[in-house]
Amino acid sequence: MDTMRDRFAPVVSRLLDEDPRVAVVLAEIGLAGFEDARRRHPDRVINVGIREQLLVGAGAGLALTGLRPVVHTFASFLVERPFEQLKLDLGHQDVGAVLVSASASFDWPAGGYTHMSPGDVALLDTLDGWTVHVPGHPDEAETLLRHAVAAGDDKVYVRLSTQSNSQALPVDGARFRTVREGRAGVVVAVGPMLDPVLEATEGLDVTVLYATTVRPFDATALRHATEGAGTDVVLVEPYLAGTSVSAVNDALVDLPHRVLGLGVGRRELRRYGLVEEHVAAHGLDAQSLRERIDGFLGVRAHA
Amino acid sequence: MTTTTAEHRYEALPGLMELMSGDEKHGPAATSTLDALWVLYDRVLRVGPDRTGDPGRDRFLLSKGHGPMAYYAVLAAKGFVPVDWLPGFGSYDSPLGHHPDRVLVPGAEIGSGSLGHGLPIAVGTALGLRAQGLDDPQVWVLVGDAELDEGSNHEAIAYAGPAGLDRLHTVVIDNSSASYARPGGIAARFEAAGWSAETVDGRDHEALYAAFTAPHPGRPRVIVAQVEPKDD
Repeated sequence: MDTMRDRFAPVVSRLLDEDPRVAVVLAEIGLAGFEDARRRHPDRVINVGIREQLLVGAGAGLALTGLRPVVHTFASFLVERPFEQLKLDLGHQDVGAVLVSASASFDWPAGGYTHMSPGDVALLDTLDGWTVHVPGHPDEAETLLRHAVAAGDDKVYVRLSTQSNSQALPVDGARFRTVREGRAGVVVAVGPMLDPVLEATEGLDVTVLYATTVRPFDATALRHATEGAGTDVVLVEPYLAGTSVSAVNDALVDLPHRVLGLGVGRRELRRYGLVEEHVAAHGLDAQSLRERIDGFLGVRAHA
Repeated sequence: MTTTTAEHRYEALPGLMELMSGDEKHGPAATSTLDALWVLYDRVLRVGPDRTGDPGRDRFLLSKGHGPMAYYAVLAAKGFVPVDWLPGFGSYDSPLGHHPDRVLVPGAEIGSGSLGHGLPIAVGTALGLRAQGLDDPQVWVLVGDAELDEGSNHEAIAYAGPAGLDRLHTVVIDNSSASYARPGGIAARFEAAGWSAETVDGRDHEALYAAFTAPHPGRPRVIVAQVEPKDD
């Protein structure tokens, strides 16, 4: 199967053809995919070299002239390195952009910690007004990229990963989707965590919500799910563990509730290897998830 | 003092700044950017309070957001900002802070304060105008000599030269405030990256005007405006 990132350049190249407002800004990474589009739109496919402060600053300048910049590189160099540019050049200037990242958590484990950014969504949570899409399948990535570019002058982050579910589900760029219904707890699976969550909760009497747009957080869907499944909530996120715990707390502020936030651990592993090995090391494989969800929900969840 | 948008002359600027500072001795010499700003707004920039949303206007980005009284005074003199806003400078209800905010200040193209953001944004602004076939508007950014310490500027300088962004103009106000001045001078840094460069007396209006309007085909342009060394 192709990856989400394989879809990125073809989709955005079509958007460049369709919408004269769209401009792509790159810092070398990902340039090869835009060769044809760059020939057709030499002024709207911009490569600034290996300069990530300029990457975001130039994107903001494009937005100030009325364009819709799509800014892309690895998450470490898109969100972490130029973080003040996100805060000031986009947020404080009151302009929008679509940031499209790759390799955020541990898509390239052999590349090591310099190329990992599991804290990307948590960092964006310190800023106002960001929409965050976390697709779980290349087809969903395509849909959410289109949503992101079409979202006026909003600030939108699209997190592409090599981790993927086997089947795509319909996504609308806003709401969670109920995948399974139960009575003894709610498990929110974010993006590529859905397959392992479905395997881990096989036979458990829980509701599984599938989240591909996590900011804004679909509080309505969560509250609705808790009406039938109770207010024990497990979050399974493919980025820093606990990132959305406060969003769950906010959604259930007037209800007694418990929340378990699972995701990528904060500790630096100092390991290379394979994606599967890092999934297991962070306890995000189906078996580890099953144990941790069982431990949290207890025997009531056993149907 | 009038609250209309009638234009003021250069001689009015100290009085306008006095409204913000309350300091009657506050002459033009006390602010390093005043003369360059005045020559730009009075004779070079094709901007005006009636065309702040005009896609064809020139863009002036004040990157050095520290000490913006001269900037506000010029904006008031040219009718962008009502003069009766000036006395509230820095107060809770005032749109005029100690660093400008583009959302609050009519005519301000960017908010600034954190150094090293204006030049990269100016690069993107130049690229955005070009991508829309807006060939006429020029892009100007004003930075301080010590602001060039920030590495983000060098990403922009090193890109804009080879990219041939000839609508981009940088004015460096050089009041010798960098602790570690660049050996060989500021202009040489830009020239090495392929910019057209000139260093002038930052108090001499005719010299500034000539440097601001000199042709520089195919290359971005930097004007280093030297003023008295910062005295603190």
